[in-house]
Amino acid sequence: MNDQANPSSAERAAKLQGMGSSRKRVEDARFTQGKGNYVDDIKLPGMLFGDFARSSHAHARIVSINKEAALAVPGVIAILTAEDLKPLNLHYMPTLAGDVQAVLADEKVLFQNQEVAFVVAEDRYAAADAVELVEIEYEALPVVVDPFTAMDADAPVLREDIADKMEGAHGTRNHHNHIFYWQAGDKEGTDKAMAEAEVVVEELISYPRVHPSPLETCGCVASMDKVNGKLTIWGTFQAPHAVRTVASLITTIPEHNIRIISPDIGGGFGNKVGVYPGYICAAVASIVTGVPVKWVEDKIENLTSTAFARDYHMTGKIAATNEGKITGLACHVLADHGAFDACADPTQFPAGFFSICTGSYDIPVAHCGVDGVYTNKAPGGVAYRCSFRVTEAAYMLERMIDVLALKLGMDPAELRLKNFITKDQFPYTSALGWEYDSGDYHTAMEQAMKTVDYEKLRKEQAANRAAFTAGETRSLMGIGVAFFTEIVGAGPVKNCDILGLGMFDSCEIRIHPTGSAIARLGTISQGQGHATTFAQILATEIGLPAEDITVEEGDTDTAPYGLGTYGSRSTPVAGAATAMAGRKIRAKAQMIAAYLLEVHDDDVEWDVDRFQVKGNPEKFKTMKELAFAAYNQAIPGLEPGLEAVSYYDPPNMTYPYGAYICVVDVDVDTGVVDTRRFYALDDCGTRINPMIIEGQVHGGLTEALAIAMGQEIAYDEMGNVKGGSLMDYYIPTAVETPEWETDFTVTPSPHHPIGAKGVGESPNVGGVPAFSNAVNNAFAHFGLTHTQMPHDHWRVWKTAEKLGLTG
Amino acid sequence: MSKIKVEMTINGDKIEGSVEPRTLLIHFLREDLNLTGPHIGCDTSHCGACTIDLNGKSIKSCTVFAVQANGAEITTIESIAGADGTLHALQESFREHHGLQCGFCTPGMITRAHRLLQDNPNPTDSEIRYGISGNLCRCTGYQNIVKAIRVAAEQLNPAQEAAE
Ligand code: FES
Ligand code: FES
Repeated sequence: MNDQANPSSAERAAKLQGMGSSRKRVEDARFTQGKGNYVDDIKLPGMLFGDFARSSHAHARIVSINKEAALAVPGVIAILTAEDLKPLNLHYMPTLAGDVQAVLADEKVLFQNQEVAFVVAEDRYAAADAVELVEIEYEALPVVVDPFTAMDADAPVLREDIADKMEGAHGTRNHHNHIFYWQAGDKEGTDKAMAEAEVVVEELISYPRVHPSPLETCGCVASMDKVNGKLTIWGTFQAPHAVRTVASLITTIPEHNIRIISPDIGGGFGNKVGVYPGYICAAVASIVTGVPVKWVEDKIENLTSTAFARDYHMTGKIAATNEGKITGLACHVLADHGAFDACADPTQFPAGFFSICTGSYDIPVAHCGVDGVYTNKAPGGVAYRCSFRVTEAAYMLERMIDVLALKLGMDPAELRLKNFITKDQFPYTSALGWEYDSGDYHTAMEQAMKTVDYEKLRKEQAANRAAFTAGETRSLMGIGVAFFTEIVGAGPVKNCDILGLGMFDSCEIRIHPTGSAIARLGTISQGQGHATTFAQILATEIGLPAEDITVEEGDTDTAPYGLGTYGSRSTPVAGAATAMAGRKIRAKAQMIAAYLLEVHDDDVEWDVDRFQVKGNPEKFKTMKELAFAAYNQAIPGLEPGLEAVSYYDPPNMTYPYGAYICVVDVDVDTGVVDTRRFYALDDCGTRINPMIIEGQVHGGLTEALAIAMGQEIAYDEMGNVKGGSLMDYYIPTAVETPEWETDFTVTPSPHHPIGAKGVGESPNVGGVPAFSNAVNNAFAHFGLTHTQMPHDHWRVWKTAEKLGLTG
Repeated sequence: MSKIKVEMTINGDKIEGSVEPRTLLIHFLREDLNLTGPHIGCDTSHCGACTIDLNGKSIKSCTVFAVQANGAEITTIESIAGADGTLHALQESFREHHGLQCGFCTPGMITRAHRLLQDNPNPTDSEIRYGISGNLCRCTGYQNIVKAIRVAAEQLNPAQEAAE
């Protein structure tokens, strides 16, 4: 019995800093002092450096490779080419999408900057010198850059290695440059809806090739311990366990002899999900040399070879009544996957969750089909801060809704309100088969419109348009509305796996005798603050203060198996695993409490940080006391100790959503677009840490700004990358970035243990269409239906010029 | 390649080293001296992750050779906190206002802000935004960084605040 002054439940709960508290991040003390430990900070005795000689051609046969001059550089230890990897069967590696990718170019190169030879040297300067001296003779081949010509009858064969393999990982390929055709929905019904519709709009909406470009590039340190046969790789891995399994499959080193460690990661945004040739080459080099080998790519290599995102060319079609009720949606996508299909999608979904493209609207019938093609561009197809292909789908749909509004002469917000799935329709099954868990779209949209005073904005716009026509201003006001529904938290093992690995996640908790704890997870933070938020989930679940709970991730030797952090899956999946493991701890603690309080198990109840006797709250045992008892008392029928592990297989995805409104001013003479205002309302269900959520939204919106307004990895007709460095690739500075206004509603997920849905990627999904709609809307009254992203100054000026608006 | 002797004062300590003429200062700091606070985020002098303070100016240390820093006075993120380990107001403020996520830009950002506040102790928000425009951040969207710097400035200069 504890007789100390008994603070109220609320006081005790506040002390725990559990869910809902804007707890300050535990990671920050080390990051603010420069004491983080990122992969390039790792230094091991005798460590060598690897660097790639890369292809200058987009498509060419390799006639010869002469290593002699390069090997003569002092400090150079070895140079690997495909010839060296072939005997080990390592010249190709499996991709996450069921294709293979050349680790080092085998007989021919398929994209500019492809890895051709791997130089290993004593320091990075010697390696760089040698890279310059590797002589590669090429015989140029015709290049395929435009995905729309990839399947022409006379298009050159890109992938000779699979030229006669017409059964691909996702069905029949119907051309040598075809990868797959994937479809969902009711084609016939949709065609019928189109044929019978009062109004049909159709538009080609391209989402250009972009790159996630985290500030830290990809890299690793591989270290083979020849004595015990163990390969340890520290690297920028968003999914360490999956990397271990893949590494084991590729190298045939047994999985228990591989240890993958993700140290601090300087941002991921999808870039660090894949397995890249650098990792394999560093591992091989370490196995061969017996010393650790570091490989860290530079920014140009990062932008041009490891991962790209989007490159989706979407033809959307909407059928509607004259009153604006949508009666059908069709979309065909031409997907440019580059030279190898290395998309990071769950196996059964080669186009990710693109079929979420009916979005937030009650659309009775729909069909979508996606053709993936090979081109002479870098492989990738990662989810750049979004769930698999969701941002593409949301962009297409949200642009199409505006196109329809224009055609009908309706306000875009009103058209959305008219077609939203209503609150009482949840759980809602979409025409393309997804079961949306929860939502209240009307409330969110109305709250957004009220906060920005939407009506007033439209009035102001009308006045601006009149003034423009009267020659009183050269600036056009644009208002962009976007409403999106995300699908995140992949996902249920029954239909989500990567290379056969179910997409569950896990958490293991150990409570120490003195009442502190360690939790280990299969995820890995890249800035999301997991060490902070997962401790908060646990604090609420097990009643120990968050500050007494260590969260450890990213080491496959200690963490339970998990599929990693991307697609906003950490909170929905690993967060749930954490809560469930916490509940197991609590269940055992309940039995201990009952024993100590000498009552039946059912006669104690949980209250914040303790079990108390029902109806007699003065009789209680705190979690801290119970932890100690678990280790020092022999309790009949109970094993000593207090530990739990939970593997969480989510019953469904979660469906966060949001309403965004953006106001821009477009200078028609310069094409400069100024963001006057951006308002973002997000509903991500239960909010674990509002401060971190807001930070995630700010960051995601800034990436959306970058994508909508300037990012593009473009290629010229020879397949040369135009703009593969930060000289050209747009990353907004603090000056271009506006002040973000954030807001929220809370509609918990009914199937998630704590009701959380995940938020990190919503702002990218909703932000891009909001910006793009705003720019398009500025010109809408001149009849512009759609102008392609990115809306950089030149393109916007071109649009104005085409409309005859420039001086 | 032949090496050249260099001497500089880094975080208050006299340092001697010998470097190739082409060795970049960032590599000298990170690899020879194990000062891994300043990071490398690009190869075109755009990101500012490598920002240090050199003779009273913010410098992108990937853009100078170590030999050019011969005789210089250098401060890196490692010495922004007090010798006793107490965090500087900027460091506290970044933590308090969530001015960092992955932390990769943070050392450069704080080192830059540290200089900015010495040059302009009471910057407006737009002066802060221009002042840090040589430092990229991919995670935060800058809003909380600007706030963190503003609040730190207010704390460091309560007198001026009051005088206004
Ligand atoms: S490393 Fe990017 S500016 Fe120095
Ligand atoms: S916090 Fe990640 S780049 Fe700034």
